[in-house]
This record gives sequence, C-alpha cells and structure tokens, in this order.
Amino acid sequence: MSEHISSVKLYVGIWLALMAGTMLTVLAAGVDMGPLNPVVALAIATTKAVLVVLFFMHVKYTHEKLTKMVIVTAIFFFLILLGLTMADYTSRLWT
Amino acid sequence: MHTSPPATVEAEAHENPALLHHFATEEQQRNAASLGMWVFLITEIMFFGGMFCAYLVYRYSYFGDFAAASSSLDLKWGTINTIVLIGSSLTVAMAVRCAQVGKLKAIVGFLIATIVLGVAFLGIKGIEYKQKFDENHVPGLAGFHLEGHVPRHADIPVNQQHAQIYFSLYFAMTGMHALHMIIGVGLFAYLTWKAYKGRYGPGYYTPLENGGLYWHFVDIVWIYLFPLLYLIDRHR
Repeated sequence: MSEHISSVKLYVGIWLALMAGTMLTVLAAGVDMGPLNPVVALAIATTKAVLVVLFFMHVKYTHEKLTKMVIVTAIFFFLILLGLTMADYTSRLWT
Repeated sequence: MHTSPPATVEAEAHENPALLHHFATEEQQRNAASLGMWVFLITEIMFFGGMFCAYLVYRYSYFGDFAAASSSLDLKWGTINTIVLIGSSLTVAMAVRCAQVGKLKAIVGFLIATIVLGVAFLGIKGIEYKQKFDENHVPGLAGFHLEGHVPRHADIPVNQQHAQIYFSLYFAMTGMHALHMIIGVGLFAYLTWKAYKGRYGPGYYTPLENGGLYWHFVDIVWIYLFPLLYLIDRHR
C-alpha cells in the first residue's frame, strides 16, 4: 500500500489560499468592526492553520486514526488552558 | 492499523533496506514515525500555548496599551515575513513530494530554497529587533519609552509598564519562534546534505517528512503570532 501523493497543483493552490488569507487579514485589520476584529483575525488564522495541517502536513490523507486523535486531544487541552484561565480572569469583579 | 499483509507484499516490502524488522509494512513504519513526531509537536503546542495564554490574559487586562504598542510594530516587515514563511512551507511540501515521486535532484533544490527563505525570515526579524532597540521599545532597558496615547482616548497616555509587558511578550514569543526557526534551518541543512548524498527517495524519506512537519508547525505558530502581535486595533 503506497502513501498518498498530492499534486503540484494542489500544493500551489493551498499556497495561493494562504497568501490570500494573509492579505485578507491585513485588510480586515484596517476596517473597524468593533469587537469582531479579533474574531475575524483569528478565524482567518485558524483557516490558514487548518489548510497547513490538512494538506501540507498530510493529515487529511493519513489512515492512522491515532495521529488524528493525538492532534484533536492537543487542541482540546489547549482550549481548556485558555478557556478556564479566561473564565477566571473575566469574572474577577472585585479588581 | 494493519492486519498481517499477504506474503507477497511482505516479501516485496522486505526488499526495502530502510524497513526495520519490527515493522510489518513500510506504511506501518511511516505511521509510527509520524505519530511520534506529532506527539512531540503537541508538547510544542503546550509550550507555545503557555505564552499565548499569558498574552491573552494581559491583552484582556491592558487592551489600550497593547493596541498602542502593537501599532508601533512595522506592519510592512511583518507582512513580508508572513509571506516568506508561507513560501517556505510550500518549498518544504514540494521537497517531500519530490522524494515521494523520486525526483532526487529537485529535493536538494527545494530544501536549499527553504533554507534561503528561513534565513531571510530571520534577517527581517533582525531588522525589526534593531528598529525596536533604536526606538527604545525594549522592556527592562532604562530608556524604555513608548510615545503616544491609548487609541481613541487622546487624553490617556500609554502606561509605560503595561507597554513593557506587551514588548516582553513580543520578544519572548517572536524570540522563541526565531529560535525554532534557527533550529529548523540547522535541521534542514542536515537534511539537504543527506538528500544531496541521495539518502532519500520513494522508499525512504521519513526524516524529510518529519522535518517538514516541524517546519510547518513553526509556520503555524507564526500564522497566529502575526495577527495577535501586529494587528491589534490597527484601524483608526
């Protein structure tokens, strides 16, 4: 059984999408969207990160479920770190 | 996971000298190496994660000062560096692909291109650091001073201590990222040498694949650092 080999076209396509995302995030930062500015910036960054993980890091094509589980676990615990920390800092009414 | 392969496949696979005897198939060996690399990368996620968390807490607490400090960074260089790093990720992906399809000479070319882009990134980072030293924006130095006021509050001057926290995080996060880039360039110099020697091809390219995973990970860290550090409240 041989591994998946992506086409040059796909790699260049992903690269173009990442470049477009970079331009988009710079342009979006110049527009006043109020509290949505950081949301849009992080949404674009996450989209770019997902493209890199799935296609450049070949996670989309791996048959090994354990690898995918490890990645999802890492993201889950990272979000716990951020979530519970901010649950504390944003609810300190006495400061 | 794989069940035991047909005898013919196994016999064929064992012709590959890179296949270690405790793996049944090449795919199993590749998956094991890839899983190990990903486990290392999740420790890296938690390592950088701590700094991202500290950043989030202080940005939440001192938003105005962080916005003022963020806008003092040079957006032009930050954007160029993002483009440089994304380009290097493409060359890495292409180098791995060339190994898969057996274009051995092209592997070396793409790896050298990756190193050139990596060094360019570090050079631009150096220019930016130099600017920050020239502008007295380095936390802890006696002359630290960030001019100006909190965005949209012309009457509130920048709190110098809060601005120093921003720059502490800026130098810690981009500095750790740059250290990873330096290690990456060293790693890729080694991979280039081995590829030049003809070590990697369709039958064996695990170090190339795993080195690539490391490089892409460092790219992803920057993908988040760029908007978080450079693009806070740029619109005025």
